[in-house]
Amino acid sequence: MSLATRPVPVVDNWNRPFWQACGEGRLILQRCTATGRCFFPPAPVSPFTGRPQWEWTEASGQGELWSFVVFHQNYFAGMKDEMPYPVVMVKLDEGPFLLTNLDGMTAAEARIGMRLAVRFPGGPEGFRLPQFGPAEAVA
Amino acid sequence: MPADLAPGRDQTGLQAPGIQAPWAMRDTVAFAGIGTTRYGNFPETDSYGLGCEALNAALDDAGLKPGDIDGLIVNRMPSYERFAEIMGINPQYCLLTEAPGRFSGVSLALAAQAIATGAAKTIALVYGNNGRSVRMMYGGGDSQWSPWGMTSPGAIHAMMWQRHMHQYGTTHADLGWVAEAFRHHACLNPDAVMHGRPITRQDHAAARPICEPLKLLDYCLINDGAVAWILTSAERARDMKRPPVLLSGYARQDAFHYGSAPADDFWQPTLGACQSVYDRAGIGREDIQGLGIYDNFSPTVLFSLEGLGFCKPGEGGDFVRDGALQLGTGRWPTNTSGGHLSDSYMQGWGIIAECVRQLRDDCGDRQIPNAQAMQYICATNIAQSLILRRDA
Repeated sequence: MSLATRPVPVVDNWNRPFWQACGEGRLILQRCTATGRCFFPPAPVSPFTGRPQWEWTEASGQGELWSFVVFHQNYFAGMKDEMPYPVVMVKLDEGPFLLTNLDGMTAAEARIGMRLAVRFPGGPEGFRLPQFGPAEAVA
Repeated sequence: MPADLAPGRDQTGLQAPGIQAPWAMRDTVAFAGIGTTRYGNFPETDSYGLGCEALNAALDDAGLKPGDIDGLIVNRMPSYERFAEIMGINPQYCLLTEAPGRFSGVSLALAAQAIATGAAKTIALVYGNNGRSVRMMYGGGDSQWSPWGMTSPGAIHAMMWQRHMHQYGTTHADLGWVAEAFRHHACLNPDAVMHGRPITRQDHAAARPICEPLKLLDYCLINDGAVAWILTSAERARDMKRPPVLLSGYARQDAFHYGSAPADDFWQPTLGACQSVYDRAGIGREDIQGLGIYDNFSPTVLFSLEGLGFCKPGEGGDFVRDGALQLGTGRWPTNTSGGHLSDSYMQGWGIIAECVRQLRDDCGDRQIPNAQAMQYICATNIAQSLILRRDA
């Protein structure tokens, strides 16, 4: 595992609270106050109304493995030691998708439809990257 | 729509644009000239040099001079201004369109609209790409998902294909029929990068993985080259050197709600909306002899066929089996030049040029017998289809 050498997130005015929460081991999402629906990536307005009417909400951190891939070609110097590495597409229970990685399990164990839960095992300096592992492992 | 379409999404239901309504621009705009360069690795030139080569070929094809061009659309070169300066063209309509391949069809539609409204009479559309010689990398850099190592168009399609296999029971071997058919076509095309290098479905299966579940032979080529089209009104085109090829119909539906993630619906709703292209063109699916499908990665061919209704959602694998897309074997010869997988990665520009050539009987060993109409499909967040036909 070399999360410390991962590419550094691009922080902007909209996703700064998301990354701050990750640093505290919490997954948060923007929720449209008009429709109650969550969205990601963070944005200035709700995509469901086009209006700046939203609030940050604590996400369950639970979701379903929707699809996954395994990279055999390296694009990032800091990920060389992880080759080949999986990327999973997780459909959060709140609706939005996250593209993330597996923690505590391998790509060979990945099954589409399986339940996954978030965890924050590390990241580049100043950040903790949300990763996902088997849901039952986190009580 | 599939039952498991994301419930957390805005599924407002896309309206098929103009369905059953005749398209005001049907058969009013025509291809008057086509030019393509050699394809390969040409460090001695650049995208401008290649663009000039393609445009000169198209001008010769149409029997025109640079001074006859009053509209210019440039793609994949750095600057429309510099290209116009180099070619000595001072148009009354000029722009540079965005680099992604979906903009080949978009550029074509813009040119047709400009001609129909009188903004320009004769428009040159020029695409020049030297991605091979400058070692262009499609992936890496900072993006929304780079901290998780998610990058590159290939990975996005690999993610979608993995889901497609799970959802519908398709297999990686289904894609082998696509790769094999297009390579067969490239072997009939002396200008194709992969001419003389046949592959089998076994080669496709045994290729090295790039982003699993996709392997090397599911990926498009990266090569240098350029393509130019000259468009004008059908009326003016009839007085030019070559028989005009008419733009009979064009349909487009965008979807940008995927949250910067791979499309979770294989673009079925937006491609479905593009089925209006048949009504717009006044040409039915059975009246079409061949296809051009944007094959940046082999799965998009299946997504395109499913979305446009050639088969039901999820049945693309069955549809392409037994060489359905292969010239001389199947009903739907597709990407007869070899496509992006085996001819040249000209981001749709070359595939559309091949459709025009088929309709002028210019294709030699790879000619589709009695080609009267060709359909182009592009499965992306800007879903598009267009139908071209011979002038009556």
